[in-house]
Amino acid sequence: MGSILRLALQSLRSRAFTSLLTVASIALSVTLLVGIEHVRAGVRESFAGTIRGVDLIVGARGGTLQILLSTVFGIGAPSGAVSWETYERWSAHPAVSWTIPYALGDSHRGYRVIGTTNAFYERYRFRQDGRVTFATGAPASSETDVVIGAEVAERLRYKVGDPIVVTHGLQGGGISDHEAHPFTIVGVLNRTFTPIDRAIYVTLEGLEAMHEDFEAAPTPVTPPAIGTPSGDAPPAMPGAEAPPAMPGATPPVMPGAEPPPVMPGAQAPPTMPGAEAPPVMPGAAPPPAMPGAEPPPVVAPAASPDSVEDEDHAEHDHEPSQISAFFVGTKNRFEALQLQRELNTDFTEPLTAIIPGVSLGELWQNIASAEVGLRIVAAFAVAIGLTGMLVALYSSLDARRREMAILRAVGAGPRTIVSLLVFESALLALIGCVVGVALVYVILALGQGAIEARSGVHLTLRALGATEWKYLALVLVSGTLIGFVPALKAYRNSLSDGLAPRS
Amino acid sequence: MTAGTSPSLSMAPAVELHDVRFAYGAGPDVVAISHLAIPRGETVFLHGPSGSGKTTLLGLLAGVLRATRGRVQILGTDLTRLSNGERDAFRARHLGYVFQQFNLIPYLSVRENILLPVRLDAARRARLQGVDPVRAADALAAELDIAQALEKPVTQLSVGQQQRVAVARSLIASPEVVICDEPTSALDSDRRERFLQLLFASCRKAGATLVFVSHDMSLQPLFSRAISLPEVNTASAVALVEN
Repeated sequence: MGSILRLALQSLRSRAFTSLLTVASIALSVTLLVGIEHVRAGVRESFAGTIRGVDLIVGARGGTLQILLSTVFGIGAPSGAVSWETYERWSAHPAVSWTIPYALGDSHRGYRVIGTTNAFYERYRFRQDGRVTFATGAPASSETDVVIGAEVAERLRYKVGDPIVVTHGLQGGGISDHEAHPFTIVGVLNRTFTPIDRAIYVTLEGLEAMHEDFEAAPTPVTPPAIGTPSGDAPPAMPGAEAPPAMPGATPPVMPGAEPPPVMPGAQAPPTMPGAEAPPVMPGAAPPPAMPGAEPPPVVAPAASPDSVEDEDHAEHDHEPSQISAFFVGTKNRFEALQLQRELNTDFTEPLTAIIPGVSLGELWQNIASAEVGLRIVAAFAVAIGLTGMLVALYSSLDARRREMAILRAVGAGPRTIVSLLVFESALLALIGCVVGVALVYVILALGQGAIEARSGVHLTLRALGATEWKYLALVLVSGTLIGFVPALKAYRNSLSDGLAPRS
Repeated sequence: MTAGTSPSLSMAPAVELHDVRFAYGAGPDVVAISHLAIPRGETVFLHGPSGSGKTTLLGLLAGVLRATRGRVQILGTDLTRLSNGERDAFRARHLGYVFQQFNLIPYLSVRENILLPVRLDAARRARLQGVDPVRAADALAAELDIAQALEKPVTQLSVGQQQRVAVARSLIASPEVVICDEPTSALDSDRRERFLQLLFASCRKAGATLVFVSHDMSLQPLFSRAISLPEVNTASAVALVEN
């Protein structure tokens, strides 16, 4: 057997060019097959690791995917608003260990600005046990402080100490800049390869102050005519003029979008975008026309040194009155389900609590159907590669009749001739597999940066998984089996030719 | 079947045919030989014109073809009673074969071509009795005056050199019978004689019986014995099949 293997190798080497082409076609198809699987697994891992350690995400009553996408992935608008009282009430729940408030609404050059607290930096986890850490600087503490994600810093070439101005609404383009309340970057986060890299974090107070300043600033604001009786949507909301920010107005990015369920009694038709205004601007306008709005508690005015209109500031408090959502960590993970039920049946405010892992799984299911298509393409590529090998081996047979006769003369049986050809195809398939896998790693190693930059997906170079090995085994087995086609032809040739080949 | 190794058979003639008939498929007989015996150690010149059944007979002797009837005994072993695999194994162990031309596998070196029989068959290798195969091959090459060609690619050899490599291959590990199918037809007359001298010397040294087929009657005087195939083969349809 060993000598036949050697013979097969030497025979392949003698037809180096054809062998090389055959190996290349198999290798490329293997690269496609294994590469797709590798990337798929990497994306899935990266996807599943987008958020960790958070047991529940709570938003206003709405679709689970909408809540997940808006809070974890920074896609689309949130399902509504959650009042500060509700947030505080649930934070004090005995089963709750910690909470992270999440107030979303504005953007800076296309990057979302999120109001949160220090709990975010301390509690939020991604991938295995990835923490939010600082490349430079420290968490935002005052209302003019801002912390930026790694990608924001890189793309916009920002560093600690730079001033930035936040645009109103989720879309970039400066529909109306909050020039009245400029921020200063105090921290740049380390790269996480999650949507955190593309976000800008401010304190809740900072977000509040910004809107109050904005309200007070002389910037002309078209008064929105969409006055709705919804208590959550102040008619004077500046956001009303930025429809893309409104949930109802951007349906494609919100799979779970539902008619705004904010106030059952004061329901606005779904066609009214203003019904669900970005909840990050609570009480921005003095609320005389808002029946349900809470008057902001009058506390000592927050200091706002860079504010242009201190007088105006003095009349407002920067304590938020509502947020978009909040993350919950339970004391005991087993209580998460029970807590989720309680949250979903909150009588004072309609809430939806989702378990991130479960919702991520659901979301992945939606995306996963695309995988099947990719796999079919890859399977065809492999079939084409193997067919190429079949053609190459089969067409070489006539030229090799003489060789077969010589082998017969020195005592090789037809079985030896069959195994020679089967070995050849198995070797080609094997080399093709090895080269193909090597190519996957080379491409990943070289392309990692580009893939990260383009898609934000961090693909780690990891060992082949079970599925990849299965694919490789499949290629190898089919390659070997295909070898029987020319082998049996050679077998018949050698039987009819004997020692007298036509040549 | 351990053909040819028992002492009672060791003195059997190299080749003995009894009442042999052969036909391709359902066609007419192309070989019909009632009796033919070649004693051991002889150099036999088997001659006949094209179409007299030479190649078919060699196929029968080498065990590639199986007689439809009769006994084809090589070294006392009746090949017609062996299975296909057993005949292949028998050929690998006891026979050397030289083709008319194109004897060499192009992707192997000269040395590797000579080594092919011992590389492919363990029983043939065992016949070297411990002698290093490469040494055996090199010794044969020296004997046949192709030592300088051992490292060359096969394609750079002259036809004469190629045929001598083929002889070296057929003789490695001292098989009992060497069959040559017109190995000199591609050589000019000077080289032909030189080639035959080397062939005879090597066969004698290896103790091999030589069965040499040719239609070139001028070679006949060099052999110890000559057999005219048309006289032995009484089949009528030979010319229709062979060319």
